[in-house]
Amino acid sequence: MYHKTKSYRIFTVFNYIFMIAISALCVIPLIHVLAVSFSGKSAANANLVGLWPVDFTLDAYTKTVANENFIRSIWVTLQRTVLGTAFSMGVVILAAYALSKENARFRRRNLYIWLLVFTMLFSGGLVPMYILIQKLHLMNSIWVLILPGAVSVWNIILLLNFFRAVPKEMEEAAFIDGAGHFRTLFSVYLPVSMPAIATLSLFTIVGHWNSWFDGLLYMTDHRNYPLATFLQSVIVQQDFSKVTVRPEDLENISQRTVKAAQIFIGMAPILIVYPFLQRFFVKGIVLGAVKE
Amino acid sequence: MNAGKPRKKSKWKSTISLDLMVLPALILTLIFAYIPMTGLAIAFKNYKPGLGFSGSKWVGLEHFEYLFSIPENVQIIWNTLIIAGLKMIAGLIVPFLFALLLNEIRKMAFKKTVQTIVYMPHFLSWVILGGILSDLLARDGGLINQVLVSVFGIQPIFFLGDGNWFRFVVVVSDVWKEFGFNTIVFLASLAGINPALYEAAEVDGAGRWQQTLAITMPAMLPITIVVGTLALGNVLNGGFDQIFNLYNALVFDKGDIIDTFVYRLGIVDGKFSFSTAVGLFKSVVSFVLIVSAYRISYKYANYRIF
Repeated sequence: MYHKTKSYRIFTVFNYIFMIAISALCVIPLIHVLAVSFSGKSAANANLVGLWPVDFTLDAYTKTVANENFIRSIWVTLQRTVLGTAFSMGVVILAAYALSKENARFRRRNLYIWLLVFTMLFSGGLVPMYILIQKLHLMNSIWVLILPGAVSVWNIILLLNFFRAVPKEMEEAAFIDGAGHFRTLFSVYLPVSMPAIATLSLFTIVGHWNSWFDGLLYMTDHRNYPLATFLQSVIVQQDFSKVTVRPEDLENISQRTVKAAQIFIGMAPILIVYPFLQRFFVKGIVLGAVKE
Repeated sequence: MNAGKPRKKSKWKSTISLDLMVLPALILTLIFAYIPMTGLAIAFKNYKPGLGFSGSKWVGLEHFEYLFSIPENVQIIWNTLIIAGLKMIAGLIVPFLFALLLNEIRKMAFKKTVQTIVYMPHFLSWVILGGILSDLLARDGGLINQVLVSVFGIQPIFFLGDGNWFRFVVVVSDVWKEFGFNTIVFLASLAGINPALYEAAEVDGAGRWQQTLAITMPAMLPITIVVGTLALGNVLNGGFDQIFNLYNALVFDKGDIIDTFVYRLGIVDGKFSFSTAVGLFKSVVSFVLIVSAYRISYKYANYRIF
């Protein structure tokens, strides 16, 4: 047994140490930010904070939450996430069900699927899209954050592969009982596909939560910024001209601890949702990615 | 022919309801994907928003000639290729090796914990990570420079303000964010290897290292080809989100990629036509690369997407 050889044991010890080191590398940056966000202003500015808060205070969080723009951007994000996920999943589920049928039974399937897949490979690009959104008068509308990205072809493909794994007998039984396609989808396919649908929904939720560029591009009125765009403009760009702030707020926003608090609030929901998501996603991804 | 009972056309046979189900996706795709494609025509025009789409003059390939005639523009393409190429290579090797090592861990609870932790950065946006990185990498007092200065006693490094360091940061931080998540597909492939092969090798007296070379490596070859060739389609994608959230005017010369260039020129400076031409150039090259990559991976690894 190789497990008992000396060299393999030495390897194993180093392997465990290496794994711990790599894991640490992935969490240390997050812990550092968390520590800064709970630290006193002067300690943070003097670079005294490592991985543990110095002069513990919730000051940064109270200042962040008191910022009206921040709160409003959270509201925009909640709206887009709830509406956008429901809308997108509806479109994706319907399309995936129809496109999961065999070519022989649904001849136009091939045409439809190529129309969709082509958009994954080729696109008009940034400027034509921007001009289109202007022409449609969608600038500053919440729908601009929801509609353009609603058809995720990738999600449709993942889900249609999942639907194909549903035993044919269940579908036939539903048909004999007189159900049509809509009924079969809702009463047979959806209940047995919950893990896949949960995974894709959570991916969609994370996508909406993290999405910042569409906000930057299509929201000319900065009061409509979603949270990620707001964070992008104050943390990354540090461009306060785009976000209306009172002069007395300016110092607070640019403060290191407040930035850390904003970063942490921005990622906290993901960190909370993620462990639940992780249970499902490995299966979903592998199902869509590896085929024999 | 079927004189007996006339075949009743059941609602199951009809595909109208299936067509209806695809309809919402098709309408949205038509509006938000195919209509913008027609807008690519402005790459061959001198588009002026005031004159509108049809009122603007045709200029042929002028914008494309300009793209390849200015050294600064060619530099942008070069930057994109270098950054995307390095990411591609590192992004293939690191997850592959990490999966091999992780596969040797026998304690399931430990393995699961490591997996949970290393997958996590994938789910954070570059806005968040950009904020964290610029804090960590700050020249004055960033945690990393503090460690470098106190442990190695070197001068603080201006990671985000020096072009060469910037590229290094971009590649390393991309690998850091994605290596865990990209391990998934390799781990799945490892799990699919028949254990009987290892048992047979052990009976023959092969050590773990020999087993890895003789069994694991060949078994991993197809998925590695798939991941590698599919990544090839991204060779003009340097990663807009990441670069945009990390760069600044100091590193435009080494850090500007096609996508960020298109944004700055097209949206910020309003050079609609030229920037669309640059975008079209990228789209066409990417399209050819992706389609070739799919063909190669279909041929050599029998991979298909649906």
